[in-house]
Amino acid sequence: MKKKGAQIFWECMVREGVEVVFGYPGGAIMPIHDAMLEFPVHHVLVRHEQGAAHMADGYARTSGKVGVAMATSGPGATNLVTGIGTAMMDSSPIVCVTGQVASEFIGGDAFQEMDVTGITLPITKHNFLITRADEIADVVREAFYIAKSGRPGPVLIDICKDAQVTETDFEYPEELSLPGYTPPVQAPTADLQRAAELIEAAERPVILAGHGVLMSDAMDELRFFAEKTQTPVAMTLLGLGGFPASHTLSLGMMGMHGEFYCNNAIQNADLLLAFGMRFDDRVTGKLDTYAPNAKKVHVEIDPSEVHKNVAVDVPLVGDLKTVLGELNTMIEPGDREEWIEEIAKWRIDTVKHDILSWPNDGQLYSTSVINHIWEETKGDRIVTTDVGQHQMWTAQYYQFERPHRLVTSGGAGTMGFGLPSAIGAWFAHPDKEIWTVVGDGGFQMTQAELATAMQEGANVKIAVINNHFLGMVRQWQEFFFEKRYVATPLHNPDFVKLAQAYDVPARRVTEPDEVLPAIEFAQKTPGPVLLDFWVEKEEIVYPMVPSGAALHDMLRRPEKPKTPLAE
Amino acid sequence: MNQNLLIAKVENKPGVLNRVASLFRRRNFNIESLNVGHSETPDVSRMTIAMDASQVDVKLVEANLYKLVNVIDVQDVSNHPNITRDLALIKVTANAEQRAEIANLVQLFRAKVVDVAAGSVIVEVTGTLDKVEALINLLRPMGVKEIVRTGQIAMLRGDGIGTRHTPGANGNKQSNNKEEERK
Ligand SMILES: Cc1ncc(C[n+]2csc(CCOP(=O)(O)OP(=O)(O)O)c2C)c(N)n1
Repeated sequence: MKKKGAQIFWECMVREGVEVVFGYPGGAIMPIHDAMLEFPVHHVLVRHEQGAAHMADGYARTSGKVGVAMATSGPGATNLVTGIGTAMMDSSPIVCVTGQVASEFIGGDAFQEMDVTGITLPITKHNFLITRADEIADVVREAFYIAKSGRPGPVLIDICKDAQVTETDFEYPEELSLPGYTPPVQAPTADLQRAAELIEAAERPVILAGHGVLMSDAMDELRFFAEKTQTPVAMTLLGLGGFPASHTLSLGMMGMHGEFYCNNAIQNADLLLAFGMRFDDRVTGKLDTYAPNAKKVHVEIDPSEVHKNVAVDVPLVGDLKTVLGELNTMIEPGDREEWIEEIAKWRIDTVKHDILSWPNDGQLYSTSVINHIWEETKGDRIVTTDVGQHQMWTAQYYQFERPHRLVTSGGAGTMGFGLPSAIGAWFAHPDKEIWTVVGDGGFQMTQAELATAMQEGANVKIAVINNHFLGMVRQWQEFFFEKRYVATPLHNPDFVKLAQAYDVPARRVTEPDEVLPAIEFAQKTPGPVLLDFWVEKEEIVYPMVPSGAALHDMLRRPEKPKTPLAE
Repeated sequence: MNQNLLIAKVENKPGVLNRVASLFRRRNFNIESLNVGHSETPDVSRMTIAMDASQVDVKLVEANLYKLVNVIDVQDVSNHPNITRDLALIKVTANAEQRAEIANLVQLFRAKVVDVAAGSVIVEVTGTLDKVEALINLLRPMGVKEIVRTGQIAMLRGDGIGTRHTPGANGNKQSNNKEEERK
């Protein structure tokens, strides 16, 4: 049957299970927008294409499906770039669709022509330029498959305008033709055996659980493994939720702002079991002092990550769920009581301890605000964050028991991610209340999406941790630039009025005793709500590994508690 | 120079060379030469990539190449019996009497003079990297005006296959395992 390219496009999108797309129209993609009416797909009109990409990302991370963002050619497409890079760094499966000038004009600097496949080449897992309608069906199938399988990532499809309007025979492709793309699944048995032997022999093992645990849905396998071998579990920022925070074997978050006892355990380990993580510089600290006495086993789906930053003894390239499933049949029950007790002794100044020792001076502290949000939401909300101090505090204080609850830009550290990713998450869970914790700086980068939230009635609760500073940069200035606060103080708009201008109910909170009522107000009010928390201006995220220092060499809170905290 | 030679089979699609080149630039892989052309299979192009072994980790290059969706297979042929060839055209300043000297050299190297003009000749030489470089070095004192080279191409002798360092890449192949060799 003959169909127009744009119709074929939507036909294929629907077959991929697409129910919602985040986009912005423009000349080169108008035929696709126009053809949408015939299909059961909801289009969320964003206010800036960056928002569309982050929404698709938030949707993907919380739904387990592929998120879709759409934009027109030229500036529409380049506005997606930050969002695509963010998804790339965090291996988030999104498909971005951009209009392109008609194929006959390509290369001629036509109006709004830009080389979008060229621009996005290094920040996509793969990209396609479609010049003919008969390519659309194959490309859409391949794009979704590539985005979701193996190590997930963003895929971009650039479609020439003439391909969108040309009629062609449509037959849904049953087979994919990707001779160069077969993601690894199973690791070789001999290597699994070597890993099992190392595990058996280890006295001080630590599991490093990363984003791969969530993406490969290996939570049960991880838990079984940890419990059977009695191995403590440290998590990366994106691995949080992969193992329950309240579990006795959980060490919480590792790395630059991880718990001291967690980092210290890693440094003193004799075996590191890296499960779906990539030894980013934010979790290793100085490389030549990293876990010097530990043997390393690395389960990883992307072979190019193996030995990239840290040389390992046993690489197991494959899908984590499959590999751990196999490994779980080979391991023996372990007893590591001594090791676990030793780690417990290091648990003296935990971040939890920090807030309990805050003076009761009437000041509003960010850390206790976030701790309250955790308590009041029973620790069971999807929480997205922006980037900065509040992000680290959310990772520290919001105790994630389950996967896919924390949505945050880890690898790229993209300010402006918080609000749009929360809106995206809401479309994945329209029956749920989504929280986003944002800084006063980053919020302003994508605050225009308040309009999107309002227009769609998204149940997103926005907690602005308003310290009137670009806080994380200010913290570095305090530590490493002798408090020269260049370009970090913020003169902010009135966020309450701003929200109200968008018809979004809002409240300002300046006193500790207003926190709980405000959270309650947010939870009781349907749709988007903004809370503007005026917190202490110069708080610091402790503990901290200064860049270039060894992982255990952390700046700790100066006033240390005396006794370990019973938890 | 200790050299690493990789043979990569890639889908013959627009932009693939750009993807490979972009990857090398982004990952800071310095390469000596990159040659690309048709292979025995219509939709597959073949690349020969030469790298200075002291500068680049060939395993990392191989693993990264596999990240490209259009890369079908990569083999390291450096330490396997192979034939490698580089072709160069060298334009050398030459008046009538220098021509004889050049002709002598060219003969020793089993090269050819393929063009003779009033003030210069073009020499064509084919051979291993070492041979081509040696001739160029001997011609330099006479005044080399232009050089163009194809970069190295390589083929393994007999039924040999190269080393595959990246187990798991593109479908769980194990390194150097003959059974799992892909077509
Ligand atoms: C797009 C972008 N620009 C700049 C930065 C550098 N940066 C990292 S954290 C930060 C400060 C964030 O301030 P704010 O949003 O107020 O959050 P806070 O740290 O105060 O919680 C900056 C500027 C970044 N991560 N992303």
